[in-house]
This record gives sequence, structure tokens and C-alpha cells, in this order.
Amino acid sequence: MIEDIKIVMHQGKQFIPDVTAAKVPGIFRGRPVISQADVDEQALVELCPTGAIRSNPFSLDLGKCTFCGECAFANPEKVKFTSDYKLATNERENLIIKAGEDKPMGLNPDKIRKEIHEYFGGSLKLRQISAAGDNSCELELNACGNVNFDMGRFGIEFVASPRHADGIVITGPISENMAQPTQICYDAVPDPKIIILAGTDAISGGILAGSKALNRTFLDKYPIDLYVPGNPVHPLTFINGVLELIKSRR
Amino acid sequence: METVVIKNNQNIPLASIPVSDYEKFLLVNTSFVKESSFHCVSYYGVAVPEKLRLICCMADDDHGTIHVSSSLVDRQATLPSFTAHHLSFEKFEREIHENFGIAYPDHPWLKPVRFPFNRANHQSTIAHYPFFNSASEELHEVGVGPIHAGVIEPGHFRFICNGEQIMHMEIQLGFQHRGIESLFLEKKKLLQRATLAETIAGDTAVGHTTAFVNLWESLCNYTPDEDLQFARTLALELERIAMHTADLSALCTDVAYQLGSAVYGRLRTPIINYMQIWCGNRLSKGLIRPGKLNFPFTRDLGDQLSRLLDVYEKDFNEVSDNTFRLPSVLSRFEKTGVVTHGQITEIGAVGMAARMSNVRRDVRATHPHDLYAKLEHVPILKHHGDVYSRAQIRREEINQSIGYIRSLLRDIPGESKNRKPLGLPKANAFCISLTEGWRGEICHCAITDEHGEFVHYKIKDPSHHNWLALGLSVRNNEISDFPVCNKSFNLSYCGHDL
Ligand code: SF4
Repeated sequence: MIEDIKIVMHQGKQFIPDVTAAKVPGIFRGRPVISQADVDEQALVELCPTGAIRSNPFSLDLGKCTFCGECAFANPEKVKFTSDYKLATNERENLIIKAGEDKPMGLNPDKIRKEIHEYFGGSLKLRQISAAGDNSCELELNACGNVNFDMGRFGIEFVASPRHADGIVITGPISENMAQPTQICYDAVPDPKIIILAGTDAISGGILAGSKALNRTFLDKYPIDLYVPGNPVHPLTFINGVLELIKSRR
Repeated sequence: METVVIKNNQNIPLASIPVSDYEKFLLVNTSFVKESSFHCVSYYGVAVPEKLRLICCMADDDHGTIHVSSSLVDRQATLPSFTAHHLSFEKFEREIHENFGIAYPDHPWLKPVRFPFNRANHQSTIAHYPFFNSASEELHEVGVGPIHAGVIEPGHFRFICNGEQIMHMEIQLGFQHRGIESLFLEKKKLLQRATLAETIAGDTAVGHTTAFVNLWESLCNYTPDEDLQFARTLALELERIAMHTADLSALCTDVAYQLGSAVYGRLRTPIINYMQIWCGNRLSKGLIRPGKLNFPFTRDLGDQLSRLLDVYEKDFNEVSDNTFRLPSVLSRFEKTGVVTHGQITEIGAVGMAARMSNVRRDVRATHPHDLYAKLEHVPILKHHGDVYSRAQIRREEINQSIGYIRSLLRDIPGESKNRKPLGLPKANAFCISLTEGWRGEICHCAITDEHGEFVHYKIKDPSHHNWLALGLSVRNNEISDFPVCNKSFNLSYCGHDL
């Protein structure tokens, strides 16, 4: 007991006091800024492993980007990654960053379904489905609940059963072999319910896009409430995105 | 000679792999495993015109060599199995059966492995897995998954229980199958392949990507500069520390030791945040690349890491001293989930799952790559094969890794100023690459065509061998001890399903 108390004392306060304003350490690759510089755009298009970069006009799709940073190394004048981790949005098109844009990303409040704030504004229980996720996003979603990020303080938690959940969080590109379990799990969540896609693999298939082992038809059937880019998603990206989703009042 | 003997990360002409009659091929490889220093690191089929070429790679841990042999068989052949001679081949042969339809009448357990999209028999579907059934009125069955209660990957566990006691557990995998091996052939850009390697198992991004880049560089006859080898070795040890710490947290959670769970959980944070400081990604994605290093390791990064480890180590030792002394923790760890030395040798387990039962299997010591030969790694061995041994191994390996990192930091190689360009991979070649990831032995094998393009890529995660160890560990345990047994192995679903 005494030993336990000592450990608690030595650990001190570990939580991040304000997760909406925290700074991430190091060279985190967050929201990119693309300049108007006139460069060989085709070279960057060809370099990108996932086809996230398009030319004419030049753009970078965070729904496809694996955040490998190679484009910024190849041409620092054209692409820079800032440490802005607020990348989540509720419109697929908003994940596409265009040249000359340097403004915070965020959700379009007009597109947030009205019942989301009404029902989930004070508490949101989520069922996570790893649909061929590679366990990196899963680790980061677990980290959202640890003593550092402490997402539970906002009433946001992952729960064991879809019956207790208000929505699902999908990670991974959705394999053929997970297509049916994903559907069964979603069906088991009571209405109203939300769908969050966490990570590049879930949003576009990422590097696995085009594999014959995937079946992404589930995503054609329902509106997506939140896209959280990342490879894997950073806990702060996830928490801030979800907070914006449930706190915004139309 | 029936085999060609090579070293880790050595490439050879494909034609130099001997092709034997199946009977000889079987005899040679099944005789190897009679020696405890031998085990099978990969065994698979490659489709060649009208035939199937079986390639078997047996590691000789005493001599640091790998014996590679092959045999040509008919596409739909019926063959006597290796498994009938030694159980460690069981999963490999099930895979060959599933992918190509080879029949093994004397295989005890010829069940589907992962229901790949290109399987031989499309009538076999994941929704209709043939579970073992006791047909007893006294015993009951419990099904768990594929989607589990926590935020983890999917897989299905089917228990046959007598009351609270588990008699048998069968593990059905495949839900995570993404067709990665095929993608290695389809995606032609090197950066795409390095990115694919990072996602084989995202919790082992450094491990699998190191296996891939070492293999690629070998095929290109490229010797990586010391700073590249330094970065790979250092990142592997940091990945080990981070994941072992996370596992200790999960083990504490499952025995309801809240303080240990919280403290170990938060101790992982500075390590992975350090990876973000070094390479911009907490899970080290983007760090390991063939023939280059986008994030040079500077003296300043070294100083930050030594300060961080000093603080980490103090906190880690404090919470470990307490955890490994608490009767409430020990009573749940000790003698729970035992797998014996005999069982481990029989099933050919690797990594921690082997070392916990005193089986000395550790690529860092037996087939060293990168800077491991310099570190003169001595594997940590335990004897009881229980949850406690697996927890202890993690604790001691963390301390050992800290020691290795300190010694690496004493001699940081400068960034190579005239990095050689990577050439093109050799034509008609075979290469094998072994890496000791935090879970254990990772094996990648590749074959190139006459243009140096991949025509075959084979990946083996340590979980391939070790899932069976989990299945054996829970026998005769209470079903309530399943979570702690599972966490004590913490195997990869996506690494297995590929
Ligand atoms: S950072 Fe993103 S956009 Fe740039 S090359 Fe990598 S995947 Fe493509």
C-alpha cells in the first residue's frame, strides 16, 4: 500500500490539461500547406505511394495520404507538413488540401446531423470495429483513453458491446472477411447512430486500396459523420474531431 | 546435396536451390528438426508453369545458417505430410493446402488458415469454418469474436469447457486478410512496398520494414552504411521497449491491478513520443527506408534519448518492483497458461513464446543482422512457460534493451555524406531475411524474375507459429484466465492473416 502511494506521488499529474490547445512534441506531420511554387508537379504525383497527390490544379488528399513525408522531402518548397493535428472533418472533399490554402480544417456545422448534439452532446459511447486494421490505429484509439489523453473526461468512451454504443469507429480498409461482421455490428447499434472512419486505411484503403481481398461496399450504404485522417490517427486528432462533432450545435 | 546453405540476408540464384524428389525433400527437412537447433522459418508453395514448387527454409541456430531446399510437385497432388513427422510444419502445410489444393491425407488438422481471396477452394468460406465439436452433452461451447470487447483486432475463439474449465480452444483467423503478399507484386514502386511492409503489422512497423529493406538491399547487392544499420537497430529496440511496456500494462489490467495498468500505460507514451520527435510518427512509420534515412540520428537526439531513458528506467523499475511482488498479481500470473518446453519445441514457437520455456530462439543472437553482432546479444530465458515467465521476459528484455541503447549511443555514427544509390535487384534470385521483432522471428522471402521484378513474396510473422501456443496454454485453465493468457502472448492478427 505504502509502495503504491509512493508510485502515485512519483508519477504526479500525467494528464494533458487542455487537449484542444496542447502542442505535440517533435516533427509531427499534420495539416500540410502547399505553396504556389511552380515545380515539377508530375514528379510528385509519381512519387506518392497512394495517389494522394494530383496536379492541375495541385492538391493533396489527406484521405489517401499515408503521411510518409516523402513529397515534402522531395520538394520542401512545394509541400510542408505543419504540426497542426486538427485534421478531422465531416466532408470527404474537405480532406483535399489545395495549393495556397493555409487555414484550419474543421467540420461543416451545417452538415452535422441535428440529433448528434441533442443525443450525444454530453456523452458518447463508441464501438470500435477493426476491419483489417493493422493495429496501429487501434493502439492510438486505446491511447485516447489512457491517463495522458483521458478522453473519458468528456464522456467519450469505447464500450464492449454494440448494444451499448451510440456509433461505430471503423479502422482498417474493410476486408472481404470482415464485411459481414462489420454489418452485423453496425446493425446491432441502436438508432440514432454515427459512423466514424479513423485512419487513412479506413477512409480510402490507403496503401491497400485496390486489393482484391477488400470489400468496402458497407461504406456506400451510409453517410459518414466524421473522417479522421492519420497513419495512424493521433489521439489528439481523434479527440478534437469527436469533440467538435458532438459539441457543435446547429 | 539436397539443400543450399546460406546466411541471413544472403541472395542466391534461384537455380542454385536444389530440386529434389518429394520423398527426399520430406526426409531431409523432417530429419533436420530432430536436432533442437533447427526449426522451420518458412515453408511455402510457388506456382510455376503447370507445377507447384515447394520451398522449405530451415534455420540452423548453432551455425547461423539457413538450409534451403525445394521440390516440384503436381498442382493437385496428394502428398504425405511433413506434419505427420513433426507438428511444427502444421500451419505451413495447411497454408499450402488452402492456397493450392494440395491434399495431405495424413495431416491431423487440415483446416483453413485465413480464407485468402485467391484460395484454391472458394466453397470454403469464413462464415462456415469447420470447428472441432465435442458432441458431448456434459461440455458446453463458448464463442468469442470476431469482434472483441476491447479495441483490438478481430479473430474468433471457440472454447469447449467443462464448467469453468477450458478443455480445448480453437482459434479461427483470417478476418484481417488484406492480400498483402499479392500487393507486394502488384505495387511496383519501392516506396509503395516499404509502406506495405509498415502495415503488415502496424504495431511492428520497424520489425517488418527492417526485414523488407534488408532483403531489398541484399537483392541490390547494397551494403547499408553504418548510420542506416544503427537507426534500424536502435528503432527495433525502442519498438521492443514500447510494446513490452504496453503489454505489461495490459497484463496488469487483466488481473485488475489498476495502478500498474495506468503507470505502464503512461510509460509507453514518452517512448513513442520520442519516435515522433525522431521521425514524426509515434508508431515509427516513415522511418525505415531502403538505401536511405530521411531522419538522420543526431547527437542531440542521442542526448534527449539518454535523458529520457534515465527517467523512464527509474519509474519503470519502481512500478515493476511493486508489480512483481504483489501477491494479488503473482497469484494470477504464476502457473497460469503453462506451455511446456516439450510443447514449444514440438510446435516450433519463436520469440518470447519460445524463450519463456527455455527454448533459445532469438534471431539477434543466432542470425544477427544490422548491428546485433556487435551487441553480442544473449537471449533472456525463462523456464516455467507460464504468464509469469512471459511477463518477466518483458520486464527483463526492457532493461536489456535500455542497456543496448546506452551502448549504441556511446558511438553514434555520423550521417553518411556520400550515400551510394540503390541499384536494381538481381534477376532470377532468391533472398531470405530474418529479423527479431519484439514478438519474435520475422521472415521475408522473395524471388525475382529475369528482369529483377518480384514474382513471389512470402511473409511470416512470428504469430504464424505462436497462435497454437496460446491455444495450448489455456487448456485446463479457467475460462476467466483466458484474457490474461491472451495478453501474455499478444499475438498479431493482421501479421498472421496478411
Ligand atoms: S506524405 Fe502523403 S502525399 Fe506526400 S508522398 Fe507521402 S503519402 Fe503522398
